[in-house]
Amino acid sequence: MTAQVTGTDILDVAREQVLERGVPLSQEQIAQVMRTGDDQLEALLALAHEVRMKYQGPAVEVEGIVSLKTGGCPEDCHFCSQSGQFTSPVRSVWLNIPELVRAAQQTAATGASEFCIVAAVRGPDEKLMQQMREGVAAIKAAVDIHVAASLGMLTQAQVDELVDMGVHRYNHNLEAGRSYFPQVVTTHSFDERLDTCRMVKESGMELCCGGLVGMGESIEQRAELAAQLGELEPHEVPLNFLNPRPGTPFGDLEPMESADALRTIAAFRLALPRTILRYAGGRELTLGDLGTRDGLLGGINAVIVGNYLTTLGRDPKEDLALLDELEMPIKALNETL
Amino acid sequence: MVTRTGASEPVAGGADRGSWCGQCGEPVDGADHARCARRSDLEPPRWCVHCRRRMKVQVTPGAWTASCIEHGSIERSTWSS
Repeated sequence: MTAQVTGTDILDVAREQVLERGVPLSQEQIAQVMRTGDDQLEALLALAHEVRMKYQGPAVEVEGIVSLKTGGCPEDCHFCSQSGQFTSPVRSVWLNIPELVRAAQQTAATGASEFCIVAAVRGPDEKLMQQMREGVAAIKAAVDIHVAASLGMLTQAQVDELVDMGVHRYNHNLEAGRSYFPQVVTTHSFDERLDTCRMVKESGMELCCGGLVGMGESIEQRAELAAQLGELEPHEVPLNFLNPRPGTPFGDLEPMESADALRTIAAFRLALPRTILRYAGGRELTLGDLGTRDGLLGGINAVIVGNYLTTLGRDPKEDLALLDELEMPIKALNETL
Repeated sequence: MVTRTGASEPVAGGADRGSWCGQCGEPVDGADHARCARRSDLEPPRWCVHCRRRMKVQVTPGAWTASCIEHGSIERSTWSS
């Protein structure tokens, strides 16, 4: 008979397994961590921070993101205000190349090393690929920054062309664990997402692959997402907290409790000890200023600076001042975490 | 940098507030838009305050631009200088 693992026990197990031996937590162990109580939160965050410092170091990777093509997406991701299937007030709009370059310059001025171009599409058509060719070339001519992209599902030919353009990293999130995915998206499958992720990994581009939490999934399903990301071994995991968008199927959900969000951050770090773990959307709403600080001391080692795709973020000065206070240097352009 | 070409303040409230709330698209008068005002810290406006048309909104890392086909565009920097 196996003894019941208590909150304290699982932290002891995680310390020996993850911190000392570098072995990620299993799905069941991740769920146990996510079930620990508020009385264990401080110790959990401290452990996750130790893991981050040991395997990733103190540097923080800073990235800016911009929407090249906003709205009008044919997919039905239930969290997203850019789906054309919902009554969201977000209208379709394209960013022109000069504005794209200006956004990259703004981002680079913060010290960021990554600039991600995002489009709300199922996958890129020829018009979007042409915009990417022109846009990536214009950015590279004007700004010293890594260019990343997030354009939905890709064909092998499109993967190859993005590599040729010099795209450094490609984002394609799993969004949710396999068992909850059908509750989140019905217009494409979890396996279709995996196909693109695998092609990207094999291409030489770095894979950025994360998801959202707080969409009504169970603790087990949240742990499943972390474990499935661990199996995929992306270079970076962006962690989004649902920001309920008006008009979307998840628009009436309540934002996640900050303690749950912090437990999730720490659990993801213990599941992914060697992966860049980035604050992505929703942190302002879910965590606020104090929670942002706690997360950076609880496993997070990358941030998105400034605004998101359709919503606004913190003033970069606040984030950069916080990193300075925490003695977490911004990762240099040619540094590897 | 702030440039304005024809649109008034896009959120509820202000001297020239128009007839519609830029955040929720409902009439400014006769409703409480305190939540909309709070939301404007993290949301650009989506509705023209003069005609309630849905605006084309582009968010970039350091700014947003909202455009009404009838009443013009407004751009706001979201970064302190």
